[in-house]
Amino acid sequence: MNPTKAGTSARRGRFAVVLLFPALGLLAALVLYPVGYSLVRSLLDAGGQWTGLGNYLRLFTDSGTFTALRNNLVWVIVAPTLVTVVGLMFAVLTERVRFATAFKTVVFMPIAISFLASGVIFRMVYDQDPEKGIVNAVLVGLHDTFAPPSGYPDARPRPGEELSVIAGALTTTGTHAPGAPAALPLVGVKAGDVPASASQAAAPPPGSGLAGTVWLDFASGGGGREGVIDPGEKGLPGISVEAVIGDRVAATAMTRSDGTFRFAGLTSGGFRLRLPEANFAQPYAGVTWLGPGLVTPSIIAAYLWIYAGFAMVLIAAGLAAIPRDSLEAARIDGASEWQVFRRITVPLLAPVLGVVFVTLVINVLKIFDLVYILAPGSVQSNATVLALQLWNVSFGGGNDQGMGSAIGIVLFVLVLPAMLFNLRRFRREQR
Amino acid sequence: MTLTSRHARGDGGRLRGTVLQGVLALIALFWLVPTFGLLIASLREEGDNSTNGWWNALRYPAQLTFANYATLLDNPAITGSLTNTLIITLSATLLVVGIAALAAYAFAFLKFPGHDWIFLAVVCLLVVPVQVALIPVAKLYGALGVFGSLAGVVLFHVAFGLPFAIFLLRDCFLEIPRQLIDAARLDGAGEWRIIARVVLPLGLPAIASLGIFQFLWVWNDLLVALVFADQSNQPITVALQSQVRQFGANIDVLAPGAFLSLLVPLAVFLLFQRFFVQGLMAGSVK
Repeated sequence: MNPTKAGTSARRGRFAVVLLFPALGLLAALVLYPVGYSLVRSLLDAGGQWTGLGNYLRLFTDSGTFTALRNNLVWVIVAPTLVTVVGLMFAVLTERVRFATAFKTVVFMPIAISFLASGVIFRMVYDQDPEKGIVNAVLVGLHDTFAPPSGYPDARPRPGEELSVIAGALTTTGTHAPGAPAALPLVGVKAGDVPASASQAAAPPPGSGLAGTVWLDFASGGGGREGVIDPGEKGLPGISVEAVIGDRVAATAMTRSDGTFRFAGLTSGGFRLRLPEANFAQPYAGVTWLGPGLVTPSIIAAYLWIYAGFAMVLIAAGLAAIPRDSLEAARIDGASEWQVFRRITVPLLAPVLGVVFVTLVINVLKIFDLVYILAPGSVQSNATVLALQLWNVSFGGGNDQGMGSAIGIVLFVLVLPAMLFNLRRFRREQR
Repeated sequence: MTLTSRHARGDGGRLRGTVLQGVLALIALFWLVPTFGLLIASLREEGDNSTNGWWNALRYPAQLTFANYATLLDNPAITGSLTNTLIITLSATLLVVGIAALAAYAFAFLKFPGHDWIFLAVVCLLVVPVQVALIPVAKLYGALGVFGSLAGVVLFHVAFGLPFAIFLLRDCFLEIPRQLIDAARLDGAGEWRIIARVVLPLGLPAIASLGIFQFLWVWNDLLVALVFADQSNQPITVALQSQVRQFGANIDVLAPGAFLSLLVPLAVFLLFQRFFVQGLMAGSVK
């Protein structure tokens, strides 16, 4: 080696130090050193006294961190699999569809939206009130289409009159016979629940068959007599009335706009009158998505909305790289589309599916923002995950940096297998 | 392929194609509705949002108003946080790209002792979770007096952006033909000149991918800023998260705030989707 060449090489070596210094300096100070610091700090308690593995043991016994561990486990088992499968479905379905690009852009878009904004979006989507939250609005709409809501959810009998509540239905204590109109006064119906079609309540017109009146025994402005149809009191239309003999329903009728009903077929005998529960059932109010029971699945669904596009785009790229010949050859040999998919497409995609899955596992283990924003304060302890617990314990009021460091190290250890996977892939490429 | 071969088989295939397109359109609608709802809610008056859902506004589109946005932009806390977001994001992005490009050049084109091991160590750092560093760096910043400052937030983002950035750029630089570099050296060009005139221009697609990644990551961050930024230096995500506590009563603040905060990354994403996808491939598949 001649002197000038040795000089050049030494100069380049020095130049490399200059180029690397900012990057390595920052990495050493803000990434590498913190890992070491956390490792040591995790062995000390909140006050800085040596506790050995105390923090790690407490991690499994403390109910907060234990819930976090359990939720993280649920997340890692469910979310990456769900997102990968949905991404694969989308990628396969959009292959060769005319507006595939538009579809992919729409589904991919949420990846650009912050967890904060997504959290706000899904707080609105999951709103418990069916008037405000669109999921419950749709659910209630569907439910009421197949099971129409009752008209008078809060109605109850006028106290002291003969109707009594039995298993949600209102039943007369005595029997009624044709010829003597039954008076069935109700109260407690909100003004808004009285339909516009309701007219002045009236006694049933003379005629054959058992008859009577169901009405709101309350006139706005007051002054009415209890149990008597007064001017200004409205009939309650649309209530189904059953005439019961023993345990058997003899006939059914529906009240008209003035509240009257008539069983034309019942001309003799005594019947008890029953207003079935369906008239008074509380309206269906949808599902408490962000309640203690469903909060984690609901947040995972929001995560799917954010990440399905990511999986789809990567898998679609892998799909495009599959040699067409092998697929066509299988088809010519008579394989069905499903067989081609199962036996050829999926195995050929396996490396890509693995990468997507592992990337999602790393991402899911570290999840914080989405849970922090989406879980309402009262159920945050049910939805908590390790990263959220770390924040709570060390910054959000806990002030126990020993425990916080231990959680951080546990997170790191959980991410480690994924790191080895990445590194092995990287080494393979180097060769 | 699936569809074309089915088309060839006749009407059944065409019908299936139509059904498929319908299903996909429905799924796309599912994906659009939540964000669309946020937009509509942000354009409704305060009282309307507290009585019923945004879809009721579709019947009376004339009632939509920009009043919430006007109020929001009159709020110095919000405008200040938007400025902070902009400062943090732009400086963190530029710094990551710059610092990583220098390091990647060294790893790609210069020989020095420990070359392979140092690079491997950098790649190893790729998967250190941000969470591990929060407590130690908070201590360190406290000792250095930068806790709470914009610089602290920016440097943290830069450090955690570097492993991926160096990995991505080195990979891309390695594809630049060595002869180009050697020829430039023979012509007497200095190393700085080679970086500026040969490597950076040829590496531009990867640099663009990296820039977009970093931009989106930093803009959308909540956790890092939540820990390291004080009241006057907090970005929009932190400013809005404190509002989420009283969710329901303040949709007139949250909805326009969240929508404003997602507008910029969304625009960046839609404009540069190609680079974004390329970066994704390089970072994950390759």
